[in-house]
Amino acid sequence: MEPIIAVLVGVLMAATVYLMLSRNFVRFIFGLALLSHAANLVIFASGGMTRARPPLIAPGETLPPPGIANAVPQALMLTAIVISFSLLTFALVLAFRTYQELETVDTDRMRAAEPSPAGTGADAGRGAVD
Amino acid sequence: MSWLLVCPIVIPLAAAVAGFAGRGSERTQRAVSLAGAVGLAGAAAGLLAGVWRDGIASVQIGAWPAPYGITLVADHLSAAMVAVSALIGLATVIYAFGDTPPGPLSRALHPLLHALLAGVCGAFLAGDVFNLYVWFEVMLIASLALLVLGGRPAQLDGAVRYAALSLIATTLLLSGIGLLYGLTGTLNMADLHLRVQEVEDQGLLTLVAMVFIIAFGLKSAVFPLFFWLPASYHTPQTAVSAVFSGLLTKVGVYALIRFFTLIFRHDVGYTHELLLWVAGLTMVTGVLGAASRNELRRILSFHIISQIGYMILGLALFTTFGLLGAIFYVIHHIIVKANLFFVSGAVDRLAGSTDLERLGGLYRDRPLLAALFFVPAFSLAGFPPLSGFWAKLLLIQASIERDEFVIAGVALTVGLLTAYSMTKIWLNAFWKARPDDAGPPPPPAPPRQRKLLLAPIAALAGVTLAIGLYARPLYVLAERAAAELMAPSHYVEAVLGGGGPVAAPSDGGDAE
Repeated sequence: MEPIIAVLVGVLMAATVYLMLSRNFVRFIFGLALLSHAANLVIFASGGMTRARPPLIAPGETLPPPGIANAVPQALMLTAIVISFSLLTFALVLAFRTYQELETVDTDRMRAAEPSPAGTGADAGRGAVD
Repeated sequence: MSWLLVCPIVIPLAAAVAGFAGRGSERTQRAVSLAGAVGLAGAAAGLLAGVWRDGIASVQIGAWPAPYGITLVADHLSAAMVAVSALIGLATVIYAFGDTPPGPLSRALHPLLHALLAGVCGAFLAGDVFNLYVWFEVMLIASLALLVLGGRPAQLDGAVRYAALSLIATTLLLSGIGLLYGLTGTLNMADLHLRVQEVEDQGLLTLVAMVFIIAFGLKSAVFPLFFWLPASYHTPQTAVSAVFSGLLTKVGVYALIRFFTLIFRHDVGYTHELLLWVAGLTMVTGVLGAASRNELRRILSFHIISQIGYMILGLALFTTFGLLGAIFYVIHHIIVKANLFFVSGAVDRLAGSTDLERLGGLYRDRPLLAALFFVPAFSLAGFPPLSGFWAKLLLIQASIERDEFVIAGVALTVGLLTAYSMTKIWLNAFWKARPDDAGPPPPPAPPRQRKLLLAPIAALAGVTLAIGLYARPLYVLAERAAAELMAPSHYVEAVLGGGGPVAAPSDGGDAE
């Protein structure tokens, strides 16, 4: 099971990078959604995956039988999903408001915070790093 | 003592909730906000005094034993960071009374400010990595809301850049936590310190460490990852800029210090050497960026980056003396940097602009403000007898002790360039005559408002001066914190109670 998840995480990451390299902020947000799925799957896989072995403790025992999946990562995942959901919602609203105010979702054409003459230096730096 | 550990999180959260509930009445809300900030400052001072007296304090929430439950820990570093954050929080609340007139903006500002403080204090006190992540997210969502408050185009543009890179950082942090849990089977930081030594594949551990360097590096705006900061920090309300510049990046620095002294110390030759390079490049690029700008708040934003480099330098040296310098630097820097942003806001109020080309004559017109600017500005540049001098002296001495002469030279040169930047601001905004095309200055603010603006600036300048003239208490505090960081056994003992994990299972994380 783990190899399949590993490949899936890789595919999701590749799609994320592709989407995030776009200048369109909405595409970037879609990339972000995929990135958080990839992170959640990494956590999921770290707890181990088993088939049809419920984490039940037999009467009289104090520990579940060995070889069951760890439940902690699943709890972490749930928390992380809720958090990433709220941040994703904020990002979408931000994209919409930005589109209303600046009439573009192209991040290269958003120059309100760093107007052109002083902003060119930062641009050159950004290009070199990416 | 244990209840004191919970207070720095509960008080601001309660103030945020009460502030939202009481937003119908401006007067009630302001009273709640002030009470919350004073309460937080009191709790933080109590916590610091307690840790100073009794050493590391920890509490297990709900009495679940350590590696399994939620742990809050306050060592000297955490307690000092909480205390200085509470100080900045209080100063910001008072400044915001003067800066933001009653209205919808102010009604949203105060509760969000407390939510941010709750996130910051939570991150400082968290004893396990997943809770650290959760507090980072609390901080992030509050800071995003504060950033766009007002909704001007520049703010939205800045928020797009800030949100994009911050969200990548938190997702990376989350993946890093997942990988670390997969390797060790624990989330508790003290337990992690013990378990990482048992990991068979230490190379894999270094890989996970790199994920954390990138995640926290993005948060603390180090060299190749800082582009969100100068794009966004100059756009929001001054009070918001000030609290961001003081606290947010420093939470990232705190997390780096915590992780790379407590958890990832298996391959210091690689991870800390990398941090040393990052530190040098961060210092240089930040200060050069600042030299090329002509607007007060944008110059100051770039200086945050360059100063982060000094703090990372102290961590990268990985000696007690280096960490001492880094911790001293962080605390000095939080106070000075927030204060400089307050001054920039006051300049904006009193002279109508923050553009150096359109400013002038403030020394003649506003001598008090000029004096109050002088203290933090030249403390930032490291002039004796101000706090920045001791901070820089400690770090440079620590570099020379480790025979890292190049980085010591870089630190000195960057200090010189910082002095250049501050002199540029002094000459243009305060010394030269006001340019003719700048138009008449705005009408003077009412005395009550002026007092509210200048009181926090004066108080923080007083703290800077006090640290400069009598550095001993802060030095001893930083020394104790650094000693604790270099010998994590005390931390581990305080959290796990000396006996290690309650029932150390031999079969890894499966049976937990």
